[in-house]
Amino acid sequence: MSELDDLRAPIDPQQEAEVLVDKGVPTGGEAFETGSQFKLILQTFLENKLAVVGLGLVFAAVIFCFLGPHFYHTNQVTTTYNINLPPGKGHPLGTDQNGYDVLGRLMVGGQSSLEIGFSVAIIATLFGVAWGAVAGFLGGVVDTVMMRIVDAFLAIPTLLLLIYLASVFHPTLKLLIIVIAGVSWLSPARLVRGEALSLRVRDYVKAVRVMGGGSRRIVARHIVPNAIGTIVVNATFQVADAILVMAVLSYLGLGLPPPAANWGGMLSDGVNYVYAGYWWLIYPAGFAIILTVVAFNLIGDAIRDSLEVRLQRR
Amino acid sequence: MTAYLIRRVFQSIVVLIGVSIIGFILEHLLPGGPAKAMLGNRATPLAIQTFNHANGFDKPLVTQYLVYMGHLLQGNLGYSYKLNQPVSQILAREVPKSVLLVGSALILSVIIAIPVGVFQAVRRNGIVDYAATSISFLLYSMPSFWLGLILIIAFAVNTHIFPAQAPQGSTIGQIIAHPSGLVLPVATLTLVSFASFSRYMRSSAIEALAQDWIRTAKAKGLSQRAILFKHMLRNALIPIATLVGLSLPSLITAGVVVESVFNFPGTGLDFVTAATTEDFALLLGIIILVGVLTVVGNLLADIAYAVLDPRVRYK
Repeated sequence: MSELDDLRAPIDPQQEAEVLVDKGVPTGGEAFETGSQFKLILQTFLENKLAVVGLGLVFAAVIFCFLGPHFYHTNQVTTTYNINLPPGKGHPLGTDQNGYDVLGRLMVGGQSSLEIGFSVAIIATLFGVAWGAVAGFLGGVVDTVMMRIVDAFLAIPTLLLLIYLASVFHPTLKLLIIVIAGVSWLSPARLVRGEALSLRVRDYVKAVRVMGGGSRRIVARHIVPNAIGTIVVNATFQVADAILVMAVLSYLGLGLPPPAANWGGMLSDGVNYVYAGYWWLIYPAGFAIILTVVAFNLIGDAIRDSLEVRLQRR
Repeated sequence: MTAYLIRRVFQSIVVLIGVSIIGFILEHLLPGGPAKAMLGNRATPLAIQTFNHANGFDKPLVTQYLVYMGHLLQGNLGYSYKLNQPVSQILAREVPKSVLLVGSALILSVIIAIPVGVFQAVRRNGIVDYAATSISFLLYSMPSFWLGLILIIAFAVNTHIFPAQAPQGSTIGQIIAHPSGLVLPVATLTLVSFASFSRYMRSSAIEALAQDWIRTAKAKGLSQRAILFKHMLRNALIPIATLVGLSLPSLITAGVVVESVFNFPGTGLDFVTAATTEDFALLLGIIILVGVLTVVGNLLADIAYAVLDPRVRYK
């Protein structure tokens, strides 16, 4: 009964809220960290074996690319005469047309692929979320104008826009990240706008408004936290898509100029030797891309599933 | 229905204006503006100035946009100085070939994806379902150019079943004359779009199977076949109409990549070549064309949806 006593004799509103949170009693719209919901999501996520495989693959890729070069020393700077050696002693995956060790190049190349994937996902998600939340929350003319801009950009395939921009501005790593992010923010913007449209008419948002909460507070503390599931799922897919798009750009010769290495660029170089049967220039980099992209897609799918489970159990 | 149509057409026109504004901005994004697109990287300042004055590029931006829009409406997409031809003339020659490639892949992938998706939905969580899901997941995560390379290695290098290069020719007739060269590019594109179509078809069929009318049909004692083909399939196919319209941009993207892998002489290859030779007029012309196609495709898909599913009209 002490629980009820506590409820009846609050000392001040802030403390009351803390007491309620400690008890795990729902306290309304404000998104407090209770841990329980997160635990539930984590639990369902970990129950999904494919998700764990995906997470493991991502960890493996990060360790392989960023820690690998510290243990497996290769020369990725100066060219040698040991070109196009098949896999064998000293070169587990052979060498490429510049005499670079393919295994070592996979590690170095993976670094830029992963960096681009993560950076693009973060930038595009932040910008898209802000755009979508503002459009959906404000509604009316602002929403119409903002969303027609998104529609117009969506009508032009990302890759075409990227190829155009890459041929206009000869890309550096930073510029490429900004350009890919610049064409990737559309889907989070649309998703969050949809969520915001449905969330802004919910009772708890109305309640905040009645209590005098400003628009900024509503968007930042209520709309975005409640749409976070959708956002995270989309961000995961963004990483996968950015890695794929980067690979295609490099393959078309519009990626980063040498000596920078990335998986798509390795494939682009290997294409010239398809007829010579130099499979070690085609398969390793291809499998590296596929494994990483599959991993991120698996994680995204699993998070989406566990969020749905959360909704079902509610 | 009429109100819905009018609203939807109006929306599309607004988006089309947006596309034209993006095209306009992209043109002016070039360091040096449209003059550089026409005259190339090594144009002298005097040449640029003369060009700007002669073509009205020294007027206010709004005036310039209206002129640009007027040209677009007349089908004037600019002039490729690299190929010394109007862009519209180049596109008129190249687009039918790309339509042949993308169109046949689209039809094939829908024809394959429908039965596979339905079978997966009916035998859910069976071996075939898991296998098909895994395959489409893998295809979905694969760079399309890599898939093309693997097919080349398997069918053109290791075994000489199909040629590695698409048939060459400037007309659609010359290309159809050598169908064996079309097999690998069409197969690559089909596999890529099959990956997403079968996933959608599966979930669409699962959703349709859970509806009340299916239970009613079962209760009436209809055969499994009648339920599947008369009741389930017709409803499950509706989302596919939308999906085909929505997947146009990704199909065109994949088409660009596949065309450059197989050296297929179409719009996509032109686009990639134009990017490396900095033929900005052709690049922008193709971007505008694809943008218009996408908007029109989405509009048609929505209209088809409204025709097929009366519930949409009354929303």
